[in-house]
Amino acid sequence: MSTDVLVAESQPINLCMQGDLIPNSGICAELDGEQIALFYLPNESPQLYALGNWDPIGKANILSRGMVGDLDGRLVVASPMYKQHFDLLTGECLEEAEISVPVFPVSLFGDHVMLCL
Amino acid sequence: MLKVVVVGNGMVGHHYVEQLVASDVEAQITVIGGETRPAYDRVHLSEFFAGRSPEDLALTTRDHYRELGVEAHFGDMVASIDRDTKTLTTESGKQFAYDKLVLATGSYPFVPPVKGNDLEPCTVYRTIDDLGTIQAQATGGKIGVVVGGGLLGLECANAVKNLGLETHVVEFAPGLMGVQLDGGGSAMLRRKIEALGVTVHTSKATKVIEPDAEGEARLRMQFADGSSLATDMIVFSAGIRPYDQLAKDCGLTVGERGGIEIDYHCKTSDSDIFAIGECALFGGRIYGLVAPGYRMAEAAVSQLTNEVVPFQGADMSTKLKLLGVDVGSIGDAHGKEAGSVAYTFSDERIDVYKRLIVSADGKKLLGAVLVGDCSDYDTLLQYFLNGIALPADPQTLILPYNAGAAPALGAAALPATATICSCHNVSKGDIVNAMDAGFCSLAEVKSETAASSGCGGCAALLKSVVDDELASRGLEVNKAMCEHFNLTRQEMFHIVKVESIKSFEELISKHGSGRGCDICKPTAGSILASLWNDYVLEEKHVGLQDTNDTFLANMQKNGTYSVVPRIAGGEITPDKLITIGQVAKKYNLYTKITGGQRIDLFGARVQHLPGIWEELIAAGFETGHAYGKALRTVKSCVGSTWCRYGVQDSVAMALYIENRYKGLRSPHKLKSAVSGCTRECAEAQSKDFGVIATENGWNLFVGGNGGMKPRHADLFATDLDDETLIKYIDRFLMFYVRTADRLQRTSVWMGTLEGGLDYLKQVVIEDSLGIAGELEEQMESIVGSYQCEWKTTVEDPEKLKRFRQFVNSKAEDREIIFVEERGQPRPATDAERKQLLAESA
Repeated sequence: MSTDVLVAESQPINLCMQGDLIPNSGICAELDGEQIALFYLPNESPQLYALGNWDPIGKANILSRGMVGDLDGRLVVASPMYKQHFDLLTGECLEEAEISVPVFPVSLFGDHVMLCL
Repeated sequence: MLKVVVVGNGMVGHHYVEQLVASDVEAQITVIGGETRPAYDRVHLSEFFAGRSPEDLALTTRDHYRELGVEAHFGDMVASIDRDTKTLTTESGKQFAYDKLVLATGSYPFVPPVKGNDLEPCTVYRTIDDLGTIQAQATGGKIGVVVGGGLLGLECANAVKNLGLETHVVEFAPGLMGVQLDGGGSAMLRRKIEALGVTVHTSKATKVIEPDAEGEARLRMQFADGSSLATDMIVFSAGIRPYDQLAKDCGLTVGERGGIEIDYHCKTSDSDIFAIGECALFGGRIYGLVAPGYRMAEAAVSQLTNEVVPFQGADMSTKLKLLGVDVGSIGDAHGKEAGSVAYTFSDERIDVYKRLIVSADGKKLLGAVLVGDCSDYDTLLQYFLNGIALPADPQTLILPYNAGAAPALGAAALPATATICSCHNVSKGDIVNAMDAGFCSLAEVKSETAASSGCGGCAALLKSVVDDELASRGLEVNKAMCEHFNLTRQEMFHIVKVESIKSFEELISKHGSGRGCDICKPTAGSILASLWNDYVLEEKHVGLQDTNDTFLANMQKNGTYSVVPRIAGGEITPDKLITIGQVAKKYNLYTKITGGQRIDLFGARVQHLPGIWEELIAAGFETGHAYGKALRTVKSCVGSTWCRYGVQDSVAMALYIENRYKGLRSPHKLKSAVSGCTRECAEAQSKDFGVIATENGWNLFVGGNGGMKPRHADLFATDLDDETLIKYIDRFLMFYVRTADRLQRTSVWMGTLEGGLDYLKQVVIEDSLGIAGELEEQMESIVGSYQCEWKTTVEDPEKLKRFRQFVNSKAEDREIIFVEERGQPRPATDAERKQLLAESA
């Protein structure tokens, strides 16, 4: 599952409603046992970002509970466990180049937050 | 072109290749490596089991060598060297001609000649392939033994422990790390390692290894003293032996106990053949550390250039973390030099051991041993390497700070020749030169000189050298909090206050840039709370809180939270105790009494936090703010009500103080205590502010703390009545909140105030700044607007939405798994979790 899969004939899956999102922060949704961290940044474009919720360094499902911000112009979430930063667009870990988390294509369709697989 | 063949592609062999490529020597380089992989970082081998992959450890790749024009062959061993024809032949039959030959064959693990040492599963710890073997052999086993209590043995024990095995270290000698540590240091290291759950057996000679007849495990080790140990696997890491067979076979001179003899130029007895690293014997010594190996590689390369650098032996001082324990050894750790004098400091409460070996005249540092705390290592190493004259009382170099210790050696005192980074051999002079050339920021200096890009142990020292140089050049030292704000916390506090700024968005748009980060956001959040005391989960503040503040609980290692209800002064009714027990049972929580006289409930899933708190609040509990940089607890002794010696009611005072300041957001956590007499049972002198009863009232102490660098509080004022006591505490706390830097405890903050304690007394007691009224007013407004954040939260359905595990399902996080230990739940280890998940799948 990567952004490359986002093609015209994708079938968006409803994850939650816009009202469930918390501005400038994260929440977690589940899809077939997979945990997806959703970040809503109303002042950015795009406004919505989705990463795997599993922190490969902290070894727990927690990235949705990290703080968001930017470093060197890259939008990031800081793991609440050991504070490494993950790029919201690419999933790359800024501190450890070899480590990354999966990125999911998400978008707002009306009030619906959709995963576009 | 000059044909250079390098045999061996370990860290040192690779360093030679890099240095040769970087020099102006025109050479055709061929590398022959016995392992199938190009060079990798052997120093950090045990991190393989902590999640680092072979690729993470790699120092180079085949492609990289190709780009450099280096011909490389891996997985092939050199079988013979013909010095007459200057050719060598590999086991696979390849032949290579050389003009200059470099032997960097390294070493192999010494396996004690014990009967049964070849049984399955016995192995060694040296290469990445060995790690694979260890991992395979650990599978299905419960117990692992490492034979060897030296540096490598303990590294290996870390690896075995990371595999989730019950780990034992068996050492022949009476102590661990006998080469680097003296007896006292070795004993302290043992204490610390055993506290981590690794069992240490010293003075144990293994007689025989055999299949375990008792069926307890796969193998059993029988020791010479008649005892035995069952184990599922054995790893030998009891020392190294130089790989010198090739050299022997072709008639080069080797040492009596092994090692290819070399001279100052790293030349062997054949002047066209060099030997470097752990296979080489210099001055009767094998250098088993990577830094001296690098120096040899550089000396050997220099022989092919016009600028010859001799190898003159190397300092074997070392600082490392073994099983998470800091260990440092400098110079003559055993005090072997005649007439030398030793100073020893040992603190078994915090398991720290430090020893200095000083010359007979007391002027020079000859050696040092540090266990449990290496913060003095850099300073001591500089004294040692540069022969800097010691202070009149050398013991002050290792005594705890509050005992009047000498300040760390300032960067300005170091000579230009002082080595700052020993991995890359960067001196203070090199750094100054780089800065002269215009590379002035820390990052620029790092990339220009490579300083601090090896083990990173010199990072703090490097920064202080750069800062000192900047300051001496009249350039401004960058005190900015982060890339978004060019402000200190104190400056930010003033701006927020003076401009009445109420949100982070307003602050960053007026005074910062970008979107903020996990440094500036919580700092701003704390300042906003200190000044305006809004509910911390107001929508505009949510993004400013780190997870502990957002979920009003403390995140633990598996992503669950711990819950700490306030138990002011440590006083609690039986009914409340019962409630805590019932809640813990209902939600399957681990309970533990804290050092601050409270009860911590661990293992709460995020979706259970509101339910837990509803029950606690119904029983009369409030949040304990254990998650916040805020007032935590006010500990108390039982006081004059019960105690035969008490002179004041310490419990009532503790309750009053805790209830007054609870929830106060501050630059760092705040702790307090009240003792009912001078016997000081509440340990008030170890707190940020402590109160001790006297016949006439109360003595106030400030600036103490426990933790990593414990400090006794200073006596601030004596025999105060209740009202004056509270007035002084109000002023003291608010002045701290206003002026301290981010994450600065009161003790450190006091140290940064010009004039220190006396100045603080003037401000608080004599009101020298004329702000006392303002400070009291501000405190009064915070006290008046206190709310229990949990009560506010459970009453608001909108806020409760935040506590859902999943926004779209009621499922639980299936990767949070507990196992039982001593009748209570604890988080499963990584290995247990994987296994239990696999079983359930």
